[in-house]
Amino acid sequence: MIRQLFVRGLLAGIIAGLAAGVFAYFAGEPHIDSAIALEEAAAHTHTEAPLVSRSGQVGGLFLATALYGLALGGLFGLAFALVRGRVGPRSGSVLSITLAAAGFAAVVLVPFVKYPANPPAVGDPETIGSRTSLYLVAVAIGVLAMAAAAVAHRIFEVNGEPVRWLATGLGFLVPVTAAWVFLPVVSEVPEGFPADLLWDFRVSSLGTQVVLWGVLGVSYAYLGHRSEQVTGAPQGVPA
Amino acid sequence: MSQLSAPHVQPIPLRNLAWWALAVPVLLLVAYLVTFDQGAISQAGDYLHELMHDGRHLLGVPCH
Repeated sequence: MIRQLFVRGLLAGIIAGLAAGVFAYFAGEPHIDSAIALEEAAAHTHTEAPLVSRSGQVGGLFLATALYGLALGGLFGLAFALVRGRVGPRSGSVLSITLAAAGFAAVVLVPFVKYPANPPAVGDPETIGSRTSLYLVAVAIGVLAMAAAAVAHRIFEVNGEPVRWLATGLGFLVPVTAAWVFLPVVSEVPEGFPADLLWDFRVSSLGTQVVLWGVLGVSYAYLGHRSEQVTGAPQGVPA
Repeated sequence: MSQLSAPHVQPIPLRNLAWWALAVPVLLLVAYLVTFDQGAISQAGDYLHELMHDGRHLLGVPCH
């Protein structure tokens, strides 16, 4: 049973990763190229040959999004097995899409509002260690805040819908807001870096994640729905 | 919303899920190889890091 939910997650994850790669290729690559052109113009020198060519990196984009999707899909399948019947919508399809939306908010949106994605040439290489740690802290806070919201949603079930949703919202927003206020600011956009390029890159990066999580939720729902029709048993119910 | 809510589906017991929790570190390792590896774990030097450079930027992970 769990195995089925897990394998379904891996499959939906690869589909989602490839879809996100296609989106990123068309929406994001032009901005990466522009940023690299600015980076090289600023550096003036261009002596060392790159380890991986630009076209190799563009191909690597699909490998990166597919592997990231695979890992995410597996975690998604296990999270689905955990929450199913405990919290959230009863319908497997609605639960899948709800879980994807919640996951996107926790893992993408929370870090993004504090530490948004940056194109090449933005960010000081000296601080990559601390920026990476802060990013991971933001992801962890997003996940824990969403878990707190889910627990509150379950605990306050008997208190009526308005109280229940208020508790759910506060469970998520209080830790996230506190983190947003107290986590250190990172401001490393170089002087003169074009604001529209930065904005366009960030929108394309967020769009890549929207496609990833959106396709993940929908294809997981579809695969579950299909197997339900084949076996006749609702997904998540032990046979 | 309450008519859509649990617990009308039987949840999967936590003890059954516990074994599957072992998959979590493996999945996180795959995500790590995409997003942060610089050769320390993969022993591939900066190759994986450079290969997946564009993906990392567009997935929103700090890169350099």
